Amino acid sequence: MQYLLLIYANEKAMLSAPKEAASQMMGAYAAYTEAMKNSGAWLASNRLRPTSEATTVRNPNGRKSVLNGPFAETKEQLAGFYVIEAPDLDGALSWAARCPGAAHGSIEVRPVWTV
Amino acid sequence: MDVAATAEAVARASYGKLVAFLAARTRDVAAAEDALAEAFAAALAEWPAKGIPRAPEAWLLTVARRKLIDAARRRQTGVEAEPTLVLIADELVDAADGDAPIPDERLRLMFACAHPAIDAGVRAPLMLQAVLGFDAAAIGSAFLVAPATMGQRLVRAKARIRDAGIPFRVPEAHELAERLDAVLEAIYAVFTEGWADPAGTQPSSRNLAEEGIWLGRLIATLLPEAPEALGLLALMLHADARRHARRSAAGEFVPLAAQDPARWDRALIDEAEALLLRASAMRAPGRFQLEAAVQSAHAARRLTGKTDWSAIVQLYDALLAITGSVVVAINRAVAIAETRGAAAGLAELEPLADDARLAQYQPYWAARAALLARAGNAAAAAAAYQRAIGLESDPALRAFLQRELLHLHDVRGSTR
Repeated sequence: MQYLLLIYANEKAMLSAPKEAASQMMGAYAAYTEAMKNSGAWLASNRLRPTSEATTVRNPNGRKSVLNGPFAETKEQLAGFYVIEAPDLDGALSWAARCPGAAHGSIEVRPVWTV
Repeated sequence: MDVAATAEAVARASYGKLVAFLAARTRDVAAAEDALAEAFAAALAEWPAKGIPRAPEAWLLTVARRKLIDAARRRQTGVEAEPTLVLIADELVDAADGDAPIPDERLRLMFACAHPAIDAGVRAPLMLQAVLGFDAAAIGSAFLVAPATMGQRLVRAKARIRDAGIPFRVPEAHELAERLDAVLEAIYAVFTEGWADPAGTQPSSRNLAEEGIWLGRLIATLLPEAPEALGLLALMLHADARRHARRSAAGEFVPLAAQDPARWDRALIDEAEALLLRASAMRAPGRFQLEAAVQSAHAARRLTGKTDWSAIVQLYDALLAITGSVVVAINRAVAIAETRGAAAGLAELEPLADDARLAQYQPYWAARAALLARAGNAAAAAAAYQRAIGLESDPALRAFLQRELLHLHDVRGSTR
């Protein structure tokens, strides 16, 4: 089954983290992605630029609106994602627990709707 | 003490005892838990007005038993009548008996939870729920399983106990050793899940290691003649004795070899040693006694200042012969590296590489990385460290592995 791991983190804290902690985090993510690839679980992943660069579009009844900023103001923001292949939810949860982001933010695990 | 605190204290001490007593008669763990929950609710409602009863445990049992009989009568068919009649008969006997203590049948409950007909993966969670009263969400968090999934697994396991007729009894002597292994495995699983957070920063998982020890003490008390039960308790106490030494003042992970023995808990080590001595006098070695003996050999460093690695290799040889476990094989390879050098250790690890389970097993990659680094193969060590870092979920351990990787680069840089 395919799962989407959504990484939520406090992006202000992330952006203002000391250089050493930031590079440790980058290294941890690189190793995490590699380990996923090596075990055949990795399908896709990316880090997102901050929500200050987000633009939200709505088009109800043909009345378009384009707004600066994310869909919703929240304490933690969507910071990146992984799409993985896992035999079941337990397998997906064990990858989510290994995600470096789980140490300070949260990882939402969502099964992908297969048609 | 106020009512809520008393109810809490009784719940903590008596929960498993009352579930065991009720479920042993009906084989219905879920119904026993429900009835007991109602009894606790009734206690919180009645005790403030009427005062705390003289024997709170017996009071709870009486109320729970009535709830259980009521529930059974509501949905009863002829076949199900028998356990209810047993309950009613028990009540009559008790009423005649007055203050007779409630028999401790937790051992039977534990054997039911760890019965071979119950899926091995759900035995420890089931024990946590039935004996200690943990809810599915807390158990799910500890075992990294979604709360809803854990809830379903527990419900299914309890239905299996009831419908498959799994007995609530301590097995006969000829099958005791084998069946006891399953109980001890489940208790050890409770303990090791608790170890995911050795610094104790998450109260829920710290408690789980303590609960594992609590269950271990319980079974060692109930079965004082079972050397493996004593061995398991000794093993857990040895590990627990090093809890604080596993973290530096700054919260960094400290590997065993770098730990200061002065920070180990001497009282726990002494207790573990005494248990192991008692167990070994029974002359029936087993997996847990051997693992405890390995920990005992490590603990001896506090007296001698050094570690007797050749004794540890011998213990792992024996363990490997009993268990055939790949985890034991990894530890044995690391011990061999200490006695015969890193190359010899790596040679022991080599045949394990084909085991598909190791692709996601962090300790294998960390052990491999450390041995490769000592053998001077920095490039391969770096790749193995990367793999271990990517597979680790404990932030402190991950940071430690990252420091080891950086150190590797430093060493390589300076030798060029």
